[in-house]
Amino acid sequence: MSAYDLAVVGGGPAGVAGALTAAQAGLRVALLDAAPRLGGQYFRRLPETFHATREAALHHGLDRFLRQSRALRSLADVLLEHRVWAVERHGGLGDFVVHAVAGDREERPVTVRASALLIATGAHDRPLPFPGWDLPGVLTAGGAQALLKGNLVVAGRRVVVAGTGPFPLPVAAGLARAGARVVEVLEANGPLGLARHPALAASKLGEAAGYALALARHRVPYRARQAVVAAHGDGELTHVTVGRLDRDWRVVATRTVECDTLAVGYGFVPQVELAVQAGCAMGHDLDGSPVVSVDAAQRTSVAGVYAAGEPTGVGGAELAEVEGRIAGHAAAADLRSAVHLAAEPPGTAVHRPAEPPGTPAHWAAGPAGLAVPEPLLRRRARLRAFAQALHRAYPVRPGWRDWLTPATLVCRCEEVPYEAVREAMDLGATDARSVKLLARPGMGWCQGRMCGYAVACLAGELPQAPRRPIAQPITLGSLERMTDDPS
Amino acid sequence: MADVIVIGAGAVGAACAYYAARAGLDVTVVDRGPVAGGTTGAGEGNVLVSDKEPGPELDLALLSNRLWRELAEVADFEYEPKGGLVVAETPEVLARLEELAGKQGVEHTRVTDLRDYEPHLAPGLAGGVHYPQDAQVQPMLAAARLLKAARERYGSLRLRTGVTVTGVLTSSGRVTGVRTTEGDILGGAVVNAAGTWGGEIARMAGVELPILPRRGFILVTEPLREPLVRHKVYTAAYVTNVASDSAGLETSAVVEGTPAGTVLIGASRERVGFDRTVSLPVLRRLAAQAVALFPALRDVRAIRAYCGFRPYCPDHLPVIGEDPRLPGLHHACGHEGAGIGLAPATGHLLAQVLSGERPDLDLTPFDPGRFS
Ligand SMILES: Cc1cc2nc3c(=O)[nH]c(=O)nc-3n(C[C@H](O)[C@H](O)[C@H](O)COP(=O)(O)OP(=O)(O)OC[C@H]3O[C@@H](n4cnc5c(N)ncnc54)[C@H](O)[C@@H]3O)c2cc1C
Ligand SMILES: Cc1cc2nc3c(=O)[nH]c(=O)nc-3n(C[C@H](O)[C@H](O)[C@H](O)COP(=O)(O)OP(=O)(O)OC[C@H]3O[C@@H](n4cnc5c(N)ncnc54)[C@H](O)[C@@H]3O)c2cc1C
Repeated sequence: MSAYDLAVVGGGPAGVAGALTAAQAGLRVALLDAAPRLGGQYFRRLPETFHATREAALHHGLDRFLRQSRALRSLADVLLEHRVWAVERHGGLGDFVVHAVAGDREERPVTVRASALLIATGAHDRPLPFPGWDLPGVLTAGGAQALLKGNLVVAGRRVVVAGTGPFPLPVAAGLARAGARVVEVLEANGPLGLARHPALAASKLGEAAGYALALARHRVPYRARQAVVAAHGDGELTHVTVGRLDRDWRVVATRTVECDTLAVGYGFVPQVELAVQAGCAMGHDLDGSPVVSVDAAQRTSVAGVYAAGEPTGVGGAELAEVEGRIAGHAAAADLRSAVHLAAEPPGTAVHRPAEPPGTPAHWAAGPAGLAVPEPLLRRRARLRAFAQALHRAYPVRPGWRDWLTPATLVCRCEEVPYEAVREAMDLGATDARSVKLLARPGMGWCQGRMCGYAVACLAGELPQAPRRPIAQPITLGSLERMTDDPS
Repeated sequence: MADVIVIGAGAVGAACAYYAARAGLDVTVVDRGPVAGGTTGAGEGNVLVSDKEPGPELDLALLSNRLWRELAEVADFEYEPKGGLVVAETPEVLARLEELAGKQGVEHTRVTDLRDYEPHLAPGLAGGVHYPQDAQVQPMLAAARLLKAARERYGSLRLRTGVTVTGVLTSSGRVTGVRTTEGDILGGAVVNAAGTWGGEIARMAGVELPILPRRGFILVTEPLREPLVRHKVYTAAYVTNVASDSAGLETSAVVEGTPAGTVLIGASRERVGFDRTVSLPVLRRLAAQAVALFPALRDVRAIRAYCGFRPYCPDHLPVIGEDPRLPGLHHACGHEGAGIGLAPATGHLLAQVLSGERPDLDLTPFDPGRFS
C-alpha cells in the first residue's frame, strides 16, 4: 500500500500544475523540489520588483502560478528542499519509491512511496565553451536571472548578453530594468528566424515583442549573427571579443567590447536522469537533446510513470504547465481505472525497469479515451509546434568549435582543456563516454551537466541520455541510513 | 595481412598488442567500441599481489607487478605504487591474514598500529598487513597509452575502433582471420581478448569457453581537498569474497583515493547476468562498509556510481594460450576482478607463445582446453 497516489518531482510550472490537477481529482499527492521555493526555473527567479513594474504584464502567468501554488499547498504535501537522488520501481506497476535527501547542513534521507510518479524536473542551462568562459563575471542566462534577485549586485554593471533564441531576451530586459547597463544583446543566428514561422502563437509573439520594446526603451542594441567568441580579463572579466558570424557560426570579423558581466544562453538540457533510472524509453528532440518519450497523455513507456515540461522537450513555461495538467488528468484517470491497480499484486521483488518497448501496451493510440479535456490537448499541440519552430529557427551551429583554443577549458569541474579532448580522440575515444574515461570531462561535481552537450558535439555524436544512478550528491552517511520504509 | 589480430582494446588486448608489436609482429587491434570501453572502463585500476592465494595466479600477479613498473617508464597512465593495507577486525582474523601472507611469500609488513599508515581508520581494528608492492593505475589511460606507445615505438600496430567481429575464419582446421562488420581481416593468428564477451568469440570459432559476467558496483565520492585514504585499504573479507563461488551478493569494503581527489569505494560481486539496473541496497552496503572503515567518510558525498561485469571462469583463473582445439586461435580473457593487474603478464606470455618462444611461466593452469 503506497503512502501517496502520486509523487511529483519538480515544482516548476509543470510539476505544480500536474500535482494540483491530480490533487483536485482526488489523488493523494506529494510534490518534492530541491529548491526552498516553488516556481522552478522561470517563476522562482523572478525578482519581487517585477510585480510592480510594467513588465509584470509580460509575466501575467506569475499570478496564476502563485494561485496554483497556494491551492496546491492546501491539497497536497509539498516537500521543499528535498533533493531526489534516485527513483526505484518495486515489483511491478504502481509501487514507486522516491529517495531524497532533505536539509542542508543536517542532511537526512527521506523516502516517499507512491503508486505513480510524475517527472517534472525541468532543464538546466546549456552553455557552449569559449576562451575565457570560466572567468568570474561570465554567467549563464539562468545564472544571470538568479543574480537579478538582488538589485544591488546588478546595478551599475556593464553587461553583454549573448546566445541564441528568445530566452536571453527576458534576462537582458530584467538586467536593464534592474539598473544594469546592457551594452548589447547578441543573437548568433539570423534576426528573423522566429517571426517567419506561421505557427507562431500570437501570445508568444506579443511576449517577444514586449521584451524587444523593453530593450528598445533602455536603448539596448540587438545584433544578429554575432556572438561573444572570447572573454578576457586578469582574474575577472574586463572585455570580450565579439565575432561577426557566418551561417555556420564561423567568425568572419571581430571587435572588442568592454564589459564586466557577460550572460550567455545557448539553450537548455532537459534533466532526464530520473526517467533513465526508472527505465523510461528515451528519444531525441529537434535540438539534439535526449528527452523522455511520452504518449498523448504524457505517459512514459513505464506504466505509472509520467513526464511533463522540459524533460519531454524544451518548450517554455506555458507548454510545461499544459503538459503538467494533462499528466495530472491522465494519472488520476489511470489510477482510478481498477484494471490498472489490480493488474499486479503488491510486489516484493527487486525493481527492474522495463525493456524499452516498441509501443507500450498502456500507451493511448490516440486522444480518445484519455480523460483529458480536449482544449488542453489542442493548446499543447499549438505550443509544441511553436517550440519546434524555435528549435528550427535557433539551432546551435557547428562553427562554435572554431572559437576554441587548445587551452580552452571544456569541463570546468575537472579543468579539462580542449586539447585533452582531442588527445583522447587521438588515443581511440570515439564517443562522449570514452572521451570522459580518458580525459575526465564530466567526471566532476556537476557530472557533465555543464559540459555534456559540448563534449558530445566534439566527439561527433548526439548527446546520449545520461545514466546517473546518483542524480544528486548524497553523503555516504545518508546513503547508509537510507531505508525503503516511507518516513 | 597481419601477423596477429587482437579482438578487444581493453587492458588485456592492449597489453597483448603491445608485447606482440614489441616482439616484432605486425598487429591489428579491433574493437566494436572505442578503446577501453568495455570492463576496463568500468572497474578500478588496482594492481594487487596481496589478495592472491599462493599458486599460479599469484605467480602471474608477481610477474605482472614487475612489468607494470617497467611499463610506467614507457607511457604515462598515473601509475602509483601506493601499497595495499589489508585490515582485520579481530585478532583471529589478523592471525589468518598473517598466515596467508607467510604462505604467499610476498614482501609484507605486519601492522599493529594502523593509524601510522592510515590516520583516519576507525579505532578498534585489530591490525593488518601492509603490502608495499600493491599499486594502482588508471586502466583506461593505461590501455590507450600502451597502444599508442606500441604504435609510435614499433610502428607495426593498427587500431580499428567501431569494428565488430562477427565470425572467425578458418581454413583446413586453422584460424586465418576474422569476419567483421567492416569486411574480413586476415591474419596468421587471432587473439581473443574480448573479456566478458570472450565466450562469444570462442563460440564463433566453434569452441566453448565458460566465461560469465560477475557484476560489480563502485561508488565515487566528490573530490576531496586533503587525501583521506593513502593506500588501497580493504578488509580481510575481500579475500574470501574474491575466491567465493556464491552467486549471491557479496560486498566487502575496498577503499582508495585517486589522483583526482575522489575516493573509490568497491566492491560488490553478484552473478545477475548483464543486468545494469542500479541496485540501491548494494550502494547502501558499500557506503556502510566504507564508513565503518573510515568514519570521516560519513559526511563526504557520493556523486557517482557505476557498474561493470567481471569476466569469470568457474575456477577463477584466466584463460591464456593457444586453443588446443583450433590452432591459431589464442585466448587472453576471463581475468575476473584482476584483469588490469594481470594484463601485462598476460600480454608478455602470449607474445612469447606467438613468437614461438617458451613462456616465462608455465601456462598449463590457464590452458583453454582445461574445461572440456
Ligand atoms: C533565462 C531564462 C529565461 C526564460 N524565459 C522564458 C520566457 O520568457 N518564457 C517562457 O515561457 N519560458 C522561459 N524560460 C523557460 C522556463 O523557465 C521553462 O520553460 C520552465 O521553467 C519549464 O518548467 P518545468 O516545470 O518544466 O521546469 P522547471 O521550471 O525547471 O522546474 C523544475 C523543478 O524541478 C526541480 N528539480 C529538478 N531535479 C530535481 C531533483 N532531482 N530533486 C528535486 N527537485 C528537482 C528544480 O529544482 C525545479 O524547481 C526561461 C528560462 C530561462 C533559464
Ligand atoms: C567493479 C569492478 C572493479 C574492478 N576492479 C579491478 C581492479 O581493481 N583491478 C583489476 O585488475 N581488475 C579489476 N576489475 C576487473 C577488470 O576490470 C577486468 O578484468 C578487465 O578490465 C578485463 O579487461 P579485458 O581487456 O579482458 O576486457 P574489456 O576491457 O572488457 O575489453 C574487451 C573488449 O572486447 C570488445 N569486444 C567484445 N566483443 C567484441 C566483438 N565481437 N568484436 C569486437 N570487439 C569486441 C569490447 O568492446 C571490449 O572493449 C574490476 C571489474 C569491475 C567490474
